[in-house]
Amino acid sequence: MILFVLRRIWAMVWTLAVVSVLVFVIVNLPPGDFLSNQIAQLRASGEAASVARAEFLMREFALDRPMWQQYLIWVGLWPGPGGFSGLLQGDLGWSFELNRPVSAVVGEALWLTVALNLFTVLFVYAVALPLGAIAAVRANTWIDYLATFVGYIGLATPNFLLALILYHYGAHWFGLPVGGLMSNAYLDQPMSIAKLGDILGHLIVPVIVIGTAGMAGMVRRLRANLLDELGKPYVTTALAKGVPPARAVLRYPLRMALNPFVADIGNLLPGLVSGSVLVSLVMGLQTIGPILLSALRSQDYFLSGFILMFVCFLTLVGMLVSDLLLAWLDPRIRYAGRDR
Amino acid sequence: MSSAPPPLLAVTDLTVSFGPALPPVVDGLSFSIDAGQTLAIVGESGSGKTLTGRALMGILPRGAQVVRGRAQFRAGGEDSDLLSLPAAALRRLCGKRIGMIFQEPMSALSPLHTVGAQVAEVLELHSALPAAEIRARCLATFAEVGFPDPGRAFAAYPFELSGGLRQRAMIAMAVVAEPDLVIADEPTTALDVTTQAQVLDLLKSLQARRGMALMLITHDLGVVCAMADRVAVMRRGRLMEAGSVAAVIGAPGHAYTRALVAAAPQVAAQAAAATEAAAPAAAADAILAVSGLNKTYPPRRRGLFDRGRGAPVAAVRDVAFTLPRGSTLAVVGESGSGKTTVARMILRAERADPGARVAFRGRDGQMRDVLTLDGAALKAFRARVQMVFQDPYAALSPRMTVAEILTEPLAIHGRLSPHDRRDRAAALMRQVGLSPDHLARYPHAFSGGQRQRIAIARALALDPELLVCDEPTSALDVSVQAQVLDLFRALKDARGLSYLFISHNLPVVADMADQVAVMRAGRIVEQGPVAALFGNPVHPYTRALIAASPEPVLTRRLDLRLVAQGAGPPHDWPAPFGYRGDDAPPLTEVAPTHFVRMAA
Repeated sequence: MILFVLRRIWAMVWTLAVVSVLVFVIVNLPPGDFLSNQIAQLRASGEAASVARAEFLMREFALDRPMWQQYLIWVGLWPGPGGFSGLLQGDLGWSFELNRPVSAVVGEALWLTVALNLFTVLFVYAVALPLGAIAAVRANTWIDYLATFVGYIGLATPNFLLALILYHYGAHWFGLPVGGLMSNAYLDQPMSIAKLGDILGHLIVPVIVIGTAGMAGMVRRLRANLLDELGKPYVTTALAKGVPPARAVLRYPLRMALNPFVADIGNLLPGLVSGSVLVSLVMGLQTIGPILLSALRSQDYFLSGFILMFVCFLTLVGMLVSDLLLAWLDPRIRYAGRDR
Repeated sequence: MSSAPPPLLAVTDLTVSFGPALPPVVDGLSFSIDAGQTLAIVGESGSGKTLTGRALMGILPRGAQVVRGRAQFRAGGEDSDLLSLPAAALRRLCGKRIGMIFQEPMSALSPLHTVGAQVAEVLELHSALPAAEIRARCLATFAEVGFPDPGRAFAAYPFELSGGLRQRAMIAMAVVAEPDLVIADEPTTALDVTTQAQVLDLLKSLQARRGMALMLITHDLGVVCAMADRVAVMRRGRLMEAGSVAAVIGAPGHAYTRALVAAAPQVAAQAAAATEAAAPAAAADAILAVSGLNKTYPPRRRGLFDRGRGAPVAAVRDVAFTLPRGSTLAVVGESGSGKTTVARMILRAERADPGARVAFRGRDGQMRDVLTLDGAALKAFRARVQMVFQDPYAALSPRMTVAEILTEPLAIHGRLSPHDRRDRAAALMRQVGLSPDHLARYPHAFSGGQRQRIAIARALALDPELLVCDEPTSALDVSVQAQVLDLFRALKDARGLSYLFISHNLPVVADMADQVAVMRAGRIVEQGPVAALFGNPVHPYTRALIAASPEPVLTRRLDLRLVAQGAGPPHDWPAPFGYRGDDAPPLTEVAPTHFVRMAA
């Protein structure tokens, strides 16, 4: 099992390396990024100071070096102007547009994004699991139809519309906060119990909005999977042993039907991050979604590069978690690499 | 007779239906089982025999329901009607007083739980024993059903066990609570013959030791004769005939039973009949000559940095045979013996190891080296050699009409005009005994036997000279099997076909073949004319196969001593037959054209 985990992590490191090349190339592909524009302007002004400043910037950000060196400097495998200083060393680069280090720009948003996604995944699973299971066991009864109906509504309603509706009624009936991920009073404040509670209160509506579509899809998938499994001979075997029906479902087919459910974790995360950009804009959430959007628009390449890397990293972690869970749940996967 | 104790289970007028408007699938069935007795319920697919067993356990599939009937079950001082018992009360009986064994142990056991956990669950549900005691009871039962290492079996997952051991685990689950009645639904149908013999023997000895009654649901009259005291024959939900095995099989009263008994082929009778017809002009005109055929699969790689651990798998070793034109060679063996791989290599569906030679000589007299053919020559060869597959359900595309299925080979080989192809398809349908009016239908509209006829018609479309048949009847009912075998024989005479017939079913082989090659662990262990091979088998494995093959003959009991001697791996065979690894003795001629792999 330890070997299995190590192998997976090893594969993850390689994937991340390949992804970093892709990200770097893609981010640098379109001409006219923020820095080059700035340098071109400084040069065009013709003033000696400006030209000197342009030269300085060229050297500072290694634009005078070949592309592959720039990449290695960015990653931190090649000495840049200031020695080894790249992603591996924890130096995330400089945001030209905002004129602050990337780590400062991204900082809190990163953790809020992780928290938001974590809660969303938990919400999706906590709701989809029982709903899908009940829909399958009581197939073609009112409760199945209700679950199906809720699912279709969830799939068909645009996220931002759902956001507006929930904000309206949430604030009206439950006094839920509207917009943002924390009250203004806590912005840029150090973490405290009160701030944590405030954030949790603000998370409720966004979690529901972002998670509903994924949850609805998952209910449908779990229902279909479980319906397939319910007809399998081993369920009959369990019943023939005298296992009560509820226990027979929970112990045998549900565990089989969980496989695709668990394998979905990896797919869910990137979908949530990219899908939540629009919602984050509408709801004013301080996640990395809106930051990524503006960074891509202004071709602020250290910033966008890092965020893309981070999203990939999140996905790979999700994949790793789902792989480990699958191996834990399903002995066939656990023993696949072993000799017969 | 009034002093006789009441039966353990008395079923009267059992009727099961899939809906009030539909005809019942089990119709007014009555039978009884005495304590300690074996009742076999025999029938072909769709006869309602499985539903009967399920109705008693209250586990009918969705939609099916018991319309009426009683099933009086007397055990443990209780007397209850299984069919009218509340669900919770019935659950207390199921597993404890009545155990059930299913056909396909792989799918009937949960792949996610250890065998031990699944067997122990029965005791957890039905007894108040402490966990340690439950484990001890399970281990004892595992030992009793023949697990060499009960502790390991307890912790094993089903996919880690062989088919035979899986079925033993299933049996352990059924008997661990010491039930009074075990319902076994086709318990050995999915197993190899030698394994089947061992599992049947296990069931018998368990029954004798524990005094439990057995309700054996099967389609195989051979199994019935080997196992049962009484037999009930079912057809389309109705009871045709019931009584002692000797009476029903020995002197069947009902026409259907007679047909069923007649349709079941027997090794001894067929082999005797073959003696006169045997020995066609040997090797004078060989359509196919194979020599030095080997297939080695590379060891499985497990990752980028993990090369060549584990040994290569030798699937086929040194196979050689000659098939005279117009005759039938049967390759017999159990699963994993390499028989299908041999066929696939001859058809060029799989690449043989270098050094092999497959010579094919068509009617045109031209000799072809099959393994080196390519391009147009290979395509032309393929038209001359066609294949019939085992599963007629999987071998026909469900999205093509029969007409499309039958004309596709003609279109691929560019033969005939579209209109003539259609006529050809109609002629083919007539030839295999189906109506040309059904050409526009899809395969799902046909029964299994009819589908296999369509598959045969497709194989015949290109007017081949050699048909390779891979277990062509093992998915079919006995009476249908007899019809399909008749069709094969008729086609052989009408078209001068030669057959390479791959099968594990000895009676069918004895019925069809002129020559037989018995394969085990990738090698031919015995080869010769049918009469010699079945009349005077020499190799322990051949003898085990014949001994294990259950036949509808009352006097013949399964001889497990012979099975045990030959069914094991090659290094368990007695001298001069046994060998280890690749060090096999050569094929030695013990009688003219009769070869056995043994040290001289």
